[in-house]
Amino acid sequence: MEAALTIPGFHRSLKSHEMVLNMGPQHPSTHGVLRLELIVDGEVVIDVVPHIGYLHRCFEKHAEHMTNYQQVIPYCDRMDYIAAMNNDLGYAIACEKLLAIKVPERVEYIRVVMAELQRIASHLLAIGTYGMDIGAFTPFLYCFRDRERILDIFEQTCGARLLYNYIWIGGLSHDVPVDFQQKVKDFCDAFRPTIRELNQLLTYNKIFIERTANVGVLPADVAINYGASGPVLRGSGVKWDLRRNDPYSIYDRFEFDIPVGLGEVGTVGDCWDRYIVRVREMEQSLRIIEQAVASIPAGNVQSAIPKRIRPDAADLYVRTETPKGELGYYIIADGTTSPFRVKVRPPTFVNLSILPAMSRGAMIADVIAILGSIDIVLGEVDR
Amino acid sequence: MIPQEIFDSIKAKFPKSVLEERSTGVHDPFAAIAPESIRDVCLFLRDDDALAFDFLMCLSGVDYTGGKLGVVYHLHSMKRGHKIALKVEVPASNPHCGSVESVWKTANWHEREAFDLFGIVFDGHPDLRRILLPDDWEGHPLRKDYQVPEYYHGMKVPY
Repeated sequence: MEAALTIPGFHRSLKSHEMVLNMGPQHPSTHGVLRLELIVDGEVVIDVVPHIGYLHRCFEKHAEHMTNYQQVIPYCDRMDYIAAMNNDLGYAIACEKLLAIKVPERVEYIRVVMAELQRIASHLLAIGTYGMDIGAFTPFLYCFRDRERILDIFEQTCGARLLYNYIWIGGLSHDVPVDFQQKVKDFCDAFRPTIRELNQLLTYNKIFIERTANVGVLPADVAINYGASGPVLRGSGVKWDLRRNDPYSIYDRFEFDIPVGLGEVGTVGDCWDRYIVRVREMEQSLRIIEQAVASIPAGNVQSAIPKRIRPDAADLYVRTETPKGELGYYIIADGTTSPFRVKVRPPTFVNLSILPAMSRGAMIADVIAILGSIDIVLGEVDR
Repeated sequence: MIPQEIFDSIKAKFPKSVLEERSTGVHDPFAAIAPESIRDVCLFLRDDDALAFDFLMCLSGVDYTGGKLGVVYHLHSMKRGHKIALKVEVPASNPHCGSVESVWKTANWHEREAFDLFGIVFDGHPDLRRILLPDDWEGHPLRKDYQVPEYYHGMKVPY
């Protein structure tokens, strides 16, 4: 309301009233089926009420009704379908902790390579579609070209391009093909220059900066109170990455930096900062991949897969860093072969809940920019 | 701080609210808290400088069967680097629990989800309505005794 009074030509005597504007569920910028109820005063957004649940299929009920723990993994794939490897990894680590399994070194290294390749693929999609939200169509095609190379590597490894069911409890579904290491190295060498290309094309583009700098500023303390994680939290200048701060798998063996938002073109925590964190994370993921792929030890990737998965009664909350943020699985085991309760803490569900706080007082067009910068996947929000 | 010290400081401040505590075994160290005092305990955990639990990682509803529902809070302190879990148990016949939305804003959607899927009512929540299911849905699907309805708006549910 306050912002409306500063618009030139606006007179106090002029009668105005709020209007409710529906955006979605079928809208190109909502990245799936999300409905936003915008309460607007002219062009100025007074409040946003997100309506979610259009893709709800109750993953948690499904998980309880499976006959064993392993069968849940294909459902994990379908939550964040852009980063299925990372979802499987989180679930597998949680189950391995319940069972107290130590997985072979070879499995750990392959998992890290896969998870980081998937992180790059997910960020490429986030960056490409974000450019498209803002009106830049070409970067989208460039990003998809590179993402395709990663999907090809996945396809050669496990036959699937999107939903892999590759990371199993205690191991992997297949060993990697013989020329895997060379393929990954080739990808790294080919991909590094394209980040520079992307920066020239989109990151430092004047129109792009105009649309994203100083828009949707999220201060660090608000971000923490709202439980933000991943690039949304790091964009606000908080150096927080579970791979470093609460290490899982073998991430403590690799050297990498944690990029944070610095407010280079605007304010710390604006849309551009959240965007640039993703670009720089891709470079760091490349560093991890190069270190990991060079030292994959020999071994059998299925030697630790348990014949029968039947953990003792226990409950654990296990969290991992997916491309979108902190993915947590809270699993209650009751001594049977299927979980008693699986609660998922999806990163984008929590990140999306900040949208109203970030959008108040912004223009309608800015809501698109803010929503894109959160990088939501509705399959995960709704589960 | 190790979990036992954290539990001791909660007990020193709220002697009647801590019902049980355990910090060993295959689970996150947890303390069972009385449902009506959960908000005050959480506010203390957040604002006390030595504890400084600024991050609510997860809030889960649970159906323990036998007429008992539960809410589990997983807390983490970015400042101090320690984490604990809190557990609240409420009767399924009258599932009321204090809301921690005023302590951590992230609880807003998590509590709506627990209300939606378990029917746990969070007293003091500013906007407690269904979040994942349609507004006119009947029942709470994640309860263990939930029966899938045969018809939804006159349409036969195929399984």
